[in-house]
Amino acid sequence: MADRKVTQTPGQTIGPFFAYCLTPEHYGRKGIAGNVMAGPATLGEHIRITGRLLDGEGGAMDDALIEVWQANAAGRYDSPGDARDEVPLDPTFKGFGRCMTDRDGCFTFDTVKPGRVPGQGNRLQAPHVSVIIHSRGMLSHACTRIYFSDEAKANDEDPVLASIEAQRRPTLVARREDTPGGPVYHLDIHIQGEKETVFFDA
Amino acid sequence: MPAETAARVGPGRSPIGACGEIVSNAKTYLPRDWGVQPPYLYEGYKSTVTRSPRKPLVPLPQTLSELTGPVYGHDAVQAIDADLTRNGAVNGQPLGQRIKVTGRVTDENGRPVPGTLIEIWQTNAAGRYVHKVDTHDAPLDPNFFGAGRFVTDADGRYTFHSIRPGEYPWLNHDKAFRPAHIHFSLLGPSFVTRLVTQMYFPGDALLPLDPIFLSVSDEDARNRLVSRYSVVATEADYALGYEFDIVLRGRNATPMVA
Repeated sequence: MADRKVTQTPGQTIGPFFAYCLTPEHYGRKGIAGNVMAGPATLGEHIRITGRLLDGEGGAMDDALIEVWQANAAGRYDSPGDARDEVPLDPTFKGFGRCMTDRDGCFTFDTVKPGRVPGQGNRLQAPHVSVIIHSRGMLSHACTRIYFSDEAKANDEDPVLASIEAQRRPTLVARREDTPGGPVYHLDIHIQGEKETVFFDA
Repeated sequence: MPAETAARVGPGRSPIGACGEIVSNAKTYLPRDWGVQPPYLYEGYKSTVTRSPRKPLVPLPQTLSELTGPVYGHDAVQAIDADLTRNGAVNGQPLGQRIKVTGRVTDENGRPVPGTLIEIWQTNAAGRYVHKVDTHDAPLDPNFFGAGRFVTDADGRYTFHSIRPGEYPWLNHDKAFRPAHIHFSLLGPSFVTRLVTQMYFPGDALLPLDPIFLSVSDEDARNRLVSRYSVVATEADYALGYEFDIVLRGRNATPMVA
């Protein structure tokens, strides 16, 4: 099936000391991406996604890097891999974010709610954000997704959510809270344990 | 710390549902090769015990969400970003042995990966990171920051200048020291080609003792994390040269059927 010639370079842990390179704002330098992904002119519903990253003992993972990738509000990825010119790009929105967790293991992204994009069989997927977690103590990164609690109908139709046993699906669905500052979605990510988040082999 | 005695728990796989559908017309990526990639749980590296997912990974068909990824091209970097001997200089040159590191990024099919962003970070010559929570009692170098970024050229090649990083102690086990290494972060063409790894130096006596290095059970794959000294890459009267090639996930020949 594959004309594989050479094998992949193995990953190695990101370690605890990446921030001055990958999230260097506290070092007086500008990184390629931060956790404020949407500007004032960005189209769509402006939202905050926040939560905690927890280890197998329920402890805060306070030195991890969370990366997110998403479509814009119209459902278009700003990437050569998405050639659907009929769906508009938003020049103010790249769709990639990075956040280092804080001392409580918290992460926050200020973004817009992604539109729906096609999935298997060209059926629409529910709005979602793709997530990669890198950390000290993780030799390989972990991949997951974040869905949205107010999209119950779309979530019910989503082929990826449907492929997961029902009792584990809630580990991927962020709970919407309407606040005076705008909608905030909450989701904790459990690396291990009874409430372990669903991680994907993508 | 013999690798043979440490527990190895690779990510398991759930059965793939047989939908028989064409997922996308775009060519999908070959899977993460778990015969090569390190496992989440490797008990020789103690922090993995509470930070390793334990449930089987759920297979994810590659959709547009997986076949796309952010692109940061040549407009995102400046030439000085690839010269760590200069990009942190305040009033002179950093201390240590100057090095030039060069290599080629390809995929598993042997094709070059052009225009992809590489970010690197490392200690100074004394084994100290600029990072605020690095409390190792070794001196900072006022002329060395230790981070850089650059984009591969049309043939997948990259080059940067730096100084040789130092070894440093860590808390994993008695008298544990990390071998000298440079951290590499690559985006690749899609979100599923993301790779964060470390480059090591040839002949480092700490490598056979390092659980992070040893966590890669495939010996050939592990040894490809070690750069090669290169006379060709060496710059006369200036810098020792090292070569380090990187292989990202390749593509399937046909669209994926889930």
